[in-house]
Amino acid sequence: MAEALLEVAGLRKRFGGLAVTDDVSFDVAAGEIHAVIGPNGAGKTTLIHQLSGTLRPEAGSIRFGGREVVGMGMARRARLGLARSFQITSVLPGFSALENAALAVQARCGSSFRFLRMAAAERGLNDEAMAALEQVGLGARAGVMAGRLSHGEKRQLELAIALAMRPRLLLLDEPLAGAGPEETERLVGILRGLRGQYAILLVEHDMQAVFALADRISVLVYGRVIATDVPAVIRANAEVRAAYLGEDEAA
Amino acid sequence: MRAALVVLAALAAAPFLGFGEGYSLTLLARVMILAMAAVSLWLLVGGAGLVSLGHAAMLGIGAYAVVVLDDVRITDAAVVVPVAMGAAGLFALVTGAVAIRTSGVHFIMITLAFGQMAFFTASSLAAYGGDDGYTLYGRMTVLGHRWLEDRLVFHYLCLGLLALALLGTQMVLGSRFGRVLRAARENELRVEAVGFSPYPYRLVAYAVAGAVAGLAGVLLANATEFVAPSYLAWQRSGDLLFMVILGGLGSLQGAVLGAVGFVLLEEWLGHLTEHWRLIFGPLLVLSVLFLKGGLVGVLRRG
Repeated sequence: MAEALLEVAGLRKRFGGLAVTDDVSFDVAAGEIHAVIGPNGAGKTTLIHQLSGTLRPEAGSIRFGGREVVGMGMARRARLGLARSFQITSVLPGFSALENAALAVQARCGSSFRFLRMAAAERGLNDEAMAALEQVGLGARAGVMAGRLSHGEKRQLELAIALAMRPRLLLLDEPLAGAGPEETERLVGILRGLRGQYAILLVEHDMQAVFALADRISVLVYGRVIATDVPAVIRANAEVRAAYLGEDEAA
Repeated sequence: MRAALVVLAALAAAPFLGFGEGYSLTLLARVMILAMAAVSLWLLVGGAGLVSLGHAAMLGIGAYAVVVLDDVRITDAAVVVPVAMGAAGLFALVTGAVAIRTSGVHFIMITLAFGQMAFFTASSLAAYGGDDGYTLYGRMTVLGHRWLEDRLVFHYLCLGLLALALLGTQMVLGSRFGRVLRAARENELRVEAVGFSPYPYRLVAYAVAGAVAGLAGVLLANATEFVAPSYLAWQRSGDLLFMVILGGLGSLQGAVLGAVGFVLLEEWLGHLTEHWRLIFGPLLVLSVLFLKGGLVGVLRRG
């Protein structure tokens, strides 16, 4: 395997007496879909927060493209190519879908301290934003206010915004959260289409989707990574079954 | 922008429609100047989501710049205007650098505190009349010409600058800069997640709004040929904020509609009764309760 794009080593975070991230180490290679699964409360979202820069770990290192990013804020990491989608949809409701994506294009194309020209009329921004929307199948809805999109469409828009950033790594925090069966199918199709083009760290509850998409899976239990391997091995791992899959079957 | 253009057209025609005498023109100048200050405040409140309760300080600093220069007999607009806008913009930049680190109620309180600081400073300037204020020697000259003494010229100057402020602000809101600003108002987390840190954008907007309010202060000083610390009082900041909310945060033209509505209502009630505040206050409360989206919202629905 080539040198990893994202290398997490010895990451620790405590909330009071509770170790939510307990000596977590793993890596994501270029072009790889690496899924992180774990029961509720395992610390998946906390981990994403630390990777994206909204929470500061107490110890450990996060190297992205060979650079240490622990001291950087979210905006800085985003400019380096670390794009994050949110578990709870976070779009700009009063902006059109196209403008939502165009803002992300704008962030990496030249200065935004420009005061005179109409941003909405900038071909360069709009074309790339449109391409991102089309990539997730939202091209026909470009002119619709994001607040008026259906839940599934908002999930697609989340993805489109992340893609419009032309990221090197996508951090997807439960991209299927709250989606119905049809929406899930569509979103999984979109994610499959991204395989190989982007490195993806996928945190997801939907086991079927995870085992269908992931190249490797890390299992997080009580803040610790108990196993990292290819899906077939993870599925057979007794400890994982006990900690997680068994619980799912029981439910 | 249609309603605002109708208002501007009405203001342009007013001198020829029986509002050409001194008293009417003084009132209309006040309307236009406060509308300009309201437009600059709208950029902050409606555009950036920064609810400032200290905007009168920018207006007052512009006016006091006129006073300070008048005192040393510098009265030409070519010097006064840049100095006043620069002073107000600089004050906004410095206080904004601190204030914008906070948000919500804290931002309101800290802008109020800076505004009061400026107010008490102005009150203590004995050389410029302290609490009693300062009467100017006369209006500014423009490149040596005494054009502004003419009421009509002053009327159209105010109108022209209001139109310029309105169009300029509209343009800024639509630019890349304005898009970041508006996006950060809607969802700060989303803006950071795509790679923007909102702080510098907000700070620049705050300074620009301050400079424009400073220009309004220059006009206000020249309109009345008198400047007092009350220009900077927090009540005036409250009035400006009210104009913006009365007009509506849905569109920039709300600032103009709000200012016109506010000043004319105040004036009309003042003629009706000595106790006009007893009516004005409840009317303001009712307008907030029942005019959803402000005057702009009413026009949209109507």
